[in-house]
Amino acid sequence: MTLRYDEQRHPLSRRVLHWIMALSILIMIGSGWRIYNASPIFAFIVFPEWITLGGDVQTSLARHGDPGVASAIAWHFAAMWTLALSYLLFVVWGFVTGHFRRDFLPIGPKSISRDFVAALALRLQHRLGEYNAVQKAAYVGVLVMVGLMILSGLAIWKPVQTYPLELLFGGFQGARLVHFIVMAGIVLFLLVHVALTLLVPRTLQAMVLGRAAGPRHTAVSETVR
Amino acid sequence: MTLIRREALRAGFSLGALTLLAGCDLSDHDAVQNVLARFSRWNDRVQAALFSRSRLAPTFPEVMAVKEFRYNAWYGPDKAPRLNPADYRLQLAGRIENKRPWTVEELYALPQVSQVTRHVCVEGWSMIGKWSGAPLRTFLERIGADTTARYVGFECADGYYEGIDMPTALHPQTIMAYRLSDEILPAKYGYPFKIRIPTKLGFKNPKFVTAIYVTDKQPRGYWTDRGYNWFSGI
Repeated sequence: MTLRYDEQRHPLSRRVLHWIMALSILIMIGSGWRIYNASPIFAFIVFPEWITLGGDVQTSLARHGDPGVASAIAWHFAAMWTLALSYLLFVVWGFVTGHFRRDFLPIGPKSISRDFVAALALRLQHRLGEYNAVQKAAYVGVLVMVGLMILSGLAIWKPVQTYPLELLFGGFQGARLVHFIVMAGIVLFLLVHVALTLLVPRTLQAMVLGRAAGPRHTAVSETVR
Repeated sequence: MTLIRREALRAGFSLGALTLLAGCDLSDHDAVQNVLARFSRWNDRVQAALFSRSRLAPTFPEVMAVKEFRYNAWYGPDKAPRLNPADYRLQLAGRIENKRPWTVEELYALPQVSQVTRHVCVEGWSMIGKWSGAPLRTFLERIGADTTARYVGFECADGYYEGIDMPTALHPQTIMAYRLSDEILPAKYGYPFKIRIPTKLGFKNPKFVTAIYVTDKQPRGYWTDRGYNWFSGI
């Protein structure tokens, strides 16, 4: 049977976990920036306060005598649970149900570089229900990055009880550095991910409602307009 | 379906989406604070379960110990209390058999150990130092403290107050540090002693301790009262 339409489906479990992870990651990033500011790794990188999570500094000072770092840490140590749990379920689900195998494979350096060049030339096509190589690489990449965040985060939160985990990252300060750099990678993913979703809104529809269909993948640009 | 093209301009929207999140910062609402506090108490329980009585914090070669240790307090070093050994007395309270106050001389006569361990600040910086002093466990045993109680609390000459769980108090690396880098603890670092706990964040290491009490009621902490996690183990 040939489909007359291209179709993207996301089962409920995937959608729920996706959105829990998405919200958790936003909380982790916003609160993480406030925590980072308390003792910046790079003197020239400080996040503007309004973009960080942890509440109004003056309110917090009046309330706690603390400039909102405590609130940021509280956010961070709350969202770490929702993120770790949803991530774990997502990954286990992905392997068990075959979602990863079906949708992320095959993936190889050749197809990635081909599609990457095409994307840079603004010639890459997006077909509902089928990920191109750059998408596959990005999704696998962000899952690996979140895994790295959880591991390096654990090494920072519990450097004694999880010792020698920190040695994997070059010590405690190494773990902080990895946590910071991988955060930047995830933010980059997020920016591109959200931008592309806005360009192809049906993908957002699929991730919210579970299903989206579009005209059969043919020529460039006809469906975007 | 296609990508990008001149619509790429719309990527700017993604930035807008991020700022929306910051714009509706809910942190200051009571309900949100309550939920966060609940998570924090859950984290206390998880950390207590994770804590191993026998697992030692990593120790480092003595050459890695910093000589000029970072000064850290909410007031400048010149404002640090200067306690006079002639009239200093460590007060004892709570579930302790012998509550006779201790002098500096008596404290310093206790058997001592040295450690080169890492101080980890809640803000993220860390520093390795060499501390020497009596294990808190030795002291608690000498004064007949009820070590089946749940907590040990501390009060300090600068108005600071802290408290720790009994398993941490009895941990072999939890010491009453009399010396930093082999020198008698300078006033700004907490003379006559600070509680040095390499399995806790820095703020759980109180300085200028003037009173120790043993209790089943969770002691408050200066920074815990300001929203930081109570257990704060590492």
